[in-house]
Amino acid sequence: MAGVDFVDVRKSFGAFPVIKGVDIQIEDGEFVILVGPSGCGKSTLLRMLAGLENITAGEIRIGGRTVNALPPKDRDIAMVFQNYALYPHMTVADNMAFSLMLNGSPKAEIDKRVNAAADILGLTKLLDRFPRQLSGGQRQRVAMGRAIVRDPQVFLFDEPLSNLDAKLRVAMRAEIKELHQRLKTTTVYVTHDQIEAMTMADKIVVMHDGVVEQVGAPLELYDRPANLFVAGFIGSPAMNMIRGRLDPGDPTRFVATDGTTLPVHRPPAAAKGRDLVYGLRPEYMALAGEGQPAEVVVIEPTGYETQMIVRLGGTDVTCVFRERVDVRPGETIHLKIDAEHVHLFDVESGSRLFD
Amino acid sequence: MTTVPTTQPTATSAPWLQNNNLLGFFFMLPAAVFLVCFLTYPLGLGVWLGFTDTRIGRDGVFIGLENYVFLAGDKVFWLAVFNTLFYTLIASILKFALGLWLALLLNENLPCKSFFRAIVLLPWVVPTVLSALAFWWIFDSQFSIISWSLMQLGLIDAPINFLGDPTNARMSVIAANVWRGIPFVAISLLAGLQTIPASLQEAASLDGATNWQRFRYVTLPMLTPIIAVVMTFSVLFTFTDFQLIYVLTKGGPVNATHLMATLSFQRGIPGGQLGEGAAIAVAMIPFLLGAIMFSFFGLQRRKWQQGGQD
Repeated sequence: MAGVDFVDVRKSFGAFPVIKGVDIQIEDGEFVILVGPSGCGKSTLLRMLAGLENITAGEIRIGGRTVNALPPKDRDIAMVFQNYALYPHMTVADNMAFSLMLNGSPKAEIDKRVNAAADILGLTKLLDRFPRQLSGGQRQRVAMGRAIVRDPQVFLFDEPLSNLDAKLRVAMRAEIKELHQRLKTTTVYVTHDQIEAMTMADKIVVMHDGVVEQVGAPLELYDRPANLFVAGFIGSPAMNMIRGRLDPGDPTRFVATDGTTLPVHRPPAAAKGRDLVYGLRPEYMALAGEGQPAEVVVIEPTGYETQMIVRLGGTDVTCVFRERVDVRPGETIHLKIDAEHVHLFDVESGSRLFD
Repeated sequence: MTTVPTTQPTATSAPWLQNNNLLGFFFMLPAAVFLVCFLTYPLGLGVWLGFTDTRIGRDGVFIGLENYVFLAGDKVFWLAVFNTLFYTLIASILKFALGLWLALLLNENLPCKSFFRAIVLLPWVVPTVLSALAFWWIFDSQFSIISWSLMQLGLIDAPINFLGDPTNARMSVIAANVWRGIPFVAISLLAGLQTIPASLQEAASLDGATNWQRFRYVTLPMLTPIIAVVMTFSVLFTFTDFQLIYVLTKGGPVNATHLMATLSFQRGIPGGQLGEGAAIAVAMIPFLLGAIMFSFFGLQRRKWQQGGQD
């Protein structure tokens, strides 16, 4: 096992830069998720780590060893592909044994490791089948089994769950996380799904447009997003964002562009006199007898919680209540905003202003 | 005015149109007529002629297996059988090896890729007789460009007798056939190569495979179904080849390049022995069926290509 370091890594396709200087340190045994919207460069970065794409500039190290010039087979890494990339002409057992067969392991050793991996993943009964005879979830497991038998330095996952249905995805999420807790192999995992990132990662790297926006533990990103992009990307339903400025007379009051005033707990000194975005997560609004009046637009009960879109001043705002609420669209409710959890962002730079 | 007959016209159409079997028969009729006229009848006639002593200008009578009995003792016929097998075997092996090699090259990211792919098809596009004539010149005993070049380089003293010597003639016609047959193999295998997902190659290289191992364990097994189909066709085309031989050597020298197809023609049309010529042609059928069966049962169907039961 080993850590992974990206040092000012860059990548261009022709003159077009896709990775614009990425620095990431991944500790030994860590589960790191690269997350971001389509085209942000996260998959390219993973493929560069795997050796499937050239590195235009910078350095990638695995376990302290620079791997820039090493071909994929010499990097001692295993990858799970989005389409699984199982060899269709080999049985499950042969698929898993392939890498061991290539490096000339003795037959007994191969059998032992394949059986052990099959045991972990519940594939023992499927070892003689061909990939075509498996369901999506089973193929996914075989792809993971192929990675496990090698006992590599690093596991790479490239959007491994995106071909599965919603229910299976949740189950596989837990399986992958459990697998990591058991094997403790350094893992780099790419996804565009922030829920996957939040639920599985030790550390999340949020990428956007070829740069790293923020690196941190899941709840750290949730509670203290560094900028507007991270604030909007992490969290579902997304954070509400309202444009406006602080009241020059009373900086604990935020005045939205439509004139609505909202509370601020500790106004940062840098916020005064600047165009701001008022960021408020949906769960930090509570129903109260008095407070901000808001008109109900849409109610979405899920049983577990109630999501509601309400019109606060001139802006539509999403809020989430744990309790069941008996209101109808068009009615007015009163919201109490938890000012301690309000984030203020500078419009010009997009950065969060810390108090 | 008389009254209109009172039978109620059905809302749809005549009852025979409702019968699927009958309707299906009528739909198949044009294709069936075509097949019967242009495939079944000539084939049937050929088989029938093989059992008669028909000559040009004279209807024959049924003579049973007499033609075949005669051929069984005919040294020239057996030489043609040997020539055909030799020609097919060597040419097919060369076409497969060179075609696969070319396909692998064209599958790489070359500059001007589509230009090269178009060029490769050229030998196949040119009419066979035309390319055969070109080879006739290339293999000419006096003016051959190959002989001339080698003489200019000082490697040989006299022109090579390409088509006059039995061994040289065999090699020459095989070379011409290979040149002509490579594009079909190369382009078909290239199409097959492009259906292999790139991620499989990537997975194999991450699994530690060298280039050769990726070819041996991933590319080749996934290509076998297409190789089977392409090589079956290639073998059939080669086995029944006529035009190249007829233009280049007409079967000579001393029958060294006579294939079954050219011998059949020579005995049947210029020789006038239609029955005997037909018998030679019919004698090709078992070989061709054998080739098809081999590819069908031996190569084409693989367990991993079939779907799962659950």
